Order: sequence, then C-alpha cells, then structure tokens
Amino acid sequence: MEILVASAVGVLTAAGVYLILRLRSFSVILGLAMLSYAVNLFLFSTGRLTVGLSPILSKTAQGYTDPLPQALVLTAIVISFGMTAVLVMVALGAFLTSDHDRIDIESNTETDESDEPEVETP
Amino acid sequence: MSNWIIAPVVLPALLAPVIAAVARHDIVLARTLSLAGTIFLTIIALGLTVVASQGGPYVYELGNWNAPFGIVLVLDRLSAMMMLLTTVLALIVQIYVIATDWDKRGRHFHALFQFQLMGLFGAFLTGDAFNLFVFFEILLIASYGLMIYGGGQMRLRAGLQYVVMNLAGSTLFLFALGTIYATTGTLNIADLAVKIREIPVDDAALIRVAAMLLMIVFAIKAALFPLQFWMPGTYANAPAPVAALFAIMTKVGAYAILRFYTVVFGPEVAATGSMPGDWLMPAALITVAIGAVGVLGAKRLLPLLSFAVLGSMGTLMLAVSVFTPQAISAALYYLVHSTLAAAAMFLVADLVISRRGAARDHLREQSPNTPNGLLAALFFAGAIAVAGMPPLSGFIGKLLVLDAVRASESAALIWAAILLGSLLTIIGFARAGSDLFWKTAEGAPSDNPDLEPDLTIPIPPLAVVGIMLALTALAALTVFAGPVTAFFEVTAAQLVDPIDYIQAVLPSYQKGS
Repeated sequence: MEILVASAVGVLTAAGVYLILRLRSFSVILGLAMLSYAVNLFLFSTGRLTVGLSPILSKTAQGYTDPLPQALVLTAIVISFGMTAVLVMVALGAFLTSDHDRIDIESNTETDESDEPEVETP
Repeated sequence: MSNWIIAPVVLPALLAPVIAAVARHDIVLARTLSLAGTIFLTIIALGLTVVASQGGPYVYELGNWNAPFGIVLVLDRLSAMMMLLTTVLALIVQIYVIATDWDKRGRHFHALFQFQLMGLFGAFLTGDAFNLFVFFEILLIASYGLMIYGGGQMRLRAGLQYVVMNLAGSTLFLFALGTIYATTGTLNIADLAVKIREIPVDDAALIRVAAMLLMIVFAIKAALFPLQFWMPGTYANAPAPVAALFAIMTKVGAYAILRFYTVVFGPEVAATGSMPGDWLMPAALITVAIGAVGVLGAKRLLPLLSFAVLGSMGTLMLAVSVFTPQAISAALYYLVHSTLAAAAMFLVADLVISRRGAARDHLREQSPNTPNGLLAALFFAGAIAVAGMPPLSGFIGKLLVLDAVRASESAALIWAAILLGSLLTIIGFARAGSDLFWKTAEGAPSDNPDLEPDLTIPIPPLAVVGIMLALTALAALTVFAGPVTAFFEVTAAQLVDPIDYIQAVLPSYQKGS
C-alpha cells in the first residue's frame, strides 16, 4: 500500500509540475489542482498508513491511527478548494479583459492606457 | 491580560464581515468603521508592545488546550514589534486611501483591508507551524483581492501570476509541514524546537529537506533570488496604495525566516547547523544586485520602486543570514525602516502619477511641465529614505548592518554588495527625480485635456498627512535610534536563545532534560 500511495503522490506531483510550466492559464490551474491533490495525499500519509483502525477513542478499538493528519488534510482541502475558486475567477477576469489566456506578460502590451483603472467595476 | 493577545486577530475578523455586509453601499460608514478599527488595533498593538518589552513571552492557549496539543498564540518582543509596525503602516495607507478616494474605485476595499490585517497579525502571533500556514492563506487571499483591486488588463494578468506563484508556494509549505510532522510528530513551534534539537545528525536527512523546503516557501514570500520574479510585476501593477501596504508582505517572509531559523532550526541545532545561513547569504547577495540593476534600468517609476524594495529585502536578508544577535538587531531596525520608506515612496509615486496625464509613470520628458514644489520635496525625502542617505534612518540602518556583518567570513562581499547597491540606487532615484520634475519636452499639447499633465491639481491635504506620518516615523526612528536599537538587541537575544520562548509555551520543559 505504501508503494501505491507514494507513487500516486509522485505521479500527481509530476503531472502538476508539468502543467504549471505550461503557457496557458487553464493548464496552470489544472496543475495547481493536481499539486494540491498530491499534497493532500502526502499529508494524509504523514500519520503512517494503517487499515481499519479508529482515529478516536472507543472501547472496542484494537489500536489507533493518528487523527491529526486527517484534521490537517481537511483544513488543507478547504483552503485549496477556496484558493482554486479565487484563481479561476482571477484567470477568468484576465481572460475576458485580454481575450486570450496566456499567463505571461509580454512587454509590448505595456502601452500607456492599458492599465488605466479609472472605470468603476459594476 | 493574556486575553488581549488574541484581540488583534479577532477584531479585524469581526469587523471585516460587518463592513462587507452592513456598509457595502455606504462608503462613509465603511471608512469610519475601518479607520476606527485600525486606530483601535494600533492602540492594542502599542499596549502589547509595552507589555512584551517588560517580560514575556506571553502565551494564549486557544480553547484552553495546553500546548503542544492545542494551538497557541505567543506574544514576544518580535511579534509585538511586527504588529506595531503593521498597524502604523495600515494607518498611513488607510489615511491616504481615504484622502484620494482610492477606495471608491472598486468595492469592498476596507473589508479586504481588515482581512489582510487579520492574516498579518495571526501570522505574527501564532506559535504553531500549521496555523502559520492558515494565516498565510488568509493574508494571501485578502492580498489577491487587493492586488487586482480596481481591475484593468495589466493588473489582472499580473495578479494572475501573483496568485499562481503563491499557490505553488502554499503547496510547498504543506509538503514541508507534512515532512516535519512525519519526522517529529508535532507542529507546535516550541515543541519542534525541543524535538529537533534531540535529532542526531545521522537521522537528520528528512528534517534537513523540510528545513530547506520551508526556506524556499519563505524565500518566495520575501522575494529572494531565485524566487523574486513575481515581485516587481506584482508591486508595479498593484494599485500604488496597495503596493505600499504590500511593503509589509515581503517582511512576513523575513519574519518567518527569523522565527524559524533561530527558534526551530537555530545555528546550534545539530541537524541543520549553519545550512540556512549558507544558502541565504548568496541568495541575498544576488537579490541586492538584481534590485540595484533593476533600479538603474527601470523605464517606469513603479517598477523602479519595486526593484528598490527588492534591493532592500536583499540587504535585510544579508543581515539576517549571519544569525548573530547583533546582525538580527540590525536587520530588525532595517526592516522597520525599509517598510515605512517603501510605503512612503509608493504613496508619493501615486500622487505624482495621477498628475502626469498620459505619461503616467513612464520616466520620460513631459510637455509642458508645471513644477510642483511640495510633490518634488516629498519625492526627494522619500528617495533619500529608500536609498539610505543621511539624515533619515536608512543610513543608520545600513550602517548597523555593515557593522554587524564585519565578523562574517564574507564580510567583504556583503560590504561591496550593499555599498555598490546603494550607489546604484541613488543614481537611479536621482535620474528618476530629474526626469519627473525637471525635464520638459517641447511639443504641441494633445487634444484630450484629461491626458495632459497637470502637476498643479490640488493635492488632498489628508494624503500629505498620510505620507508625512510615514516620513515622521522615519525621522523618529532616526532620532530615537538608541532606545530603538536597545529594544531590538533584547529582541534578538530572545530569539537566539529560545529557552524563554520554549518554557513559556511548555511550562514543564527543563533545559537539558
């Protein structure tokens, strides 16, 4: 099982890093999502992998698994979920204002008026 | 008393939703609430600093769970002074924003601002590594909103890069924390300090990996080479008052490095030894060089200021990388100075840019240029502060740093980098100032009066009050350099010998047990 979890973390991380290095923001977002899955799995396994053990006190329990990583993973999932939503919104805003979803900032767009933010957003 | 420790986190956390929900259509109410909140926070931070300077560290146990099982907030001199600095900066930025109506250009500025403060205070106070991650995310998510505040194509695209960079950093942070937890079984900073000192050198491979991963995460925040690429674009494209507030954001990275690589991975720890300093030093050296060259090469004012901030981060981290009490105290002095100086300069730049019509912040001649003495004087004072010339505190700060690194093996390199960097920065600012205020180009006025430069547009007096507050703080930092340095020396001593910190969090801990 250790092999399975470890290689899952590895494959997800590799895919995430590859996607992050792409030029379009859509693949970068997917890559960051992959990375956050990888890190969630990684955090989960930091409490050692066990099968069928309960994380909280019970009279019939044979043994216990570490409950803290599970709490950490829950927090990390919530945060990465929210962050991905924010990222999608920012990327969408950038896409709608510039008509393409390239993630780099080419210098020839630095015209005088390009970043004039005078208009109040509705 | 100890319940006040959590007030800086709870107060903005309660205030921000109220501002967002109740005062969303009433800018006057939002301003009043937000400004009152910031002033109250300043008073609390002042009180906490006084308390922390007389004793401590003080511990607040959330939910009354004892450490290391519950999360603790720890108030010591370092966290108290960082909070005080943040509140002063927040007050300056907020006064300026209100005076210049920046907060009317989009929505929810004040709510985002308060959430930003909440994240900053939490990051400074927390005594738990995972909790530090959570507060980092809070301050980041608020900063994403502030970064793209007001919209605009360039700003949104620079904001996208900023968000992506920081999300990747957050993932690395989690990997580092997972590795630390798997190795030591704890995430409480004081408990980590104890456990990591017990790890023999032979079993230290994993904890060394974790230490370097954490270093990478904090280096992203502190914009150190080779992770500084996000920073000039972000600061130059953010709204100028937000860039002024972001002056504290890079210092969060510096704070985290100071906290972790003294208390947890200090130089006396067998597992990591001098590794953190060995890596920090070259990175900081190159950062100083990039900052100086960037200042010299910038074609626009805001990127120029961003590179100046980058250079000051390099200088700051050079002092930190020595990890002696004297160097840490010099670094703290320079940290306070560079934060306020950068903020003042970004605010002045905003005033200048709004009066230059179509030329905006491009450093080129302008037609026809009416001089504005007040703006030029403010720019001059700010440039002196940022470049580190006498009589303002940048000079003393750099002097302290130079003096503190004399004993280091690479003292010659550090001296050369800081002195040459300062020289290039002075040249860059002198050129920018003369381009902005002295040179005039001949040419027919354009048809659109909105795009015409007009340096005579009246400056809101309150905006000048905000900038003067920053400059006055710098002057005070210069005049009271003695007492301030004495405070920082005790702060540095508290960091280098973390026994008080550990015993405050874990009362049963005995040294050597």
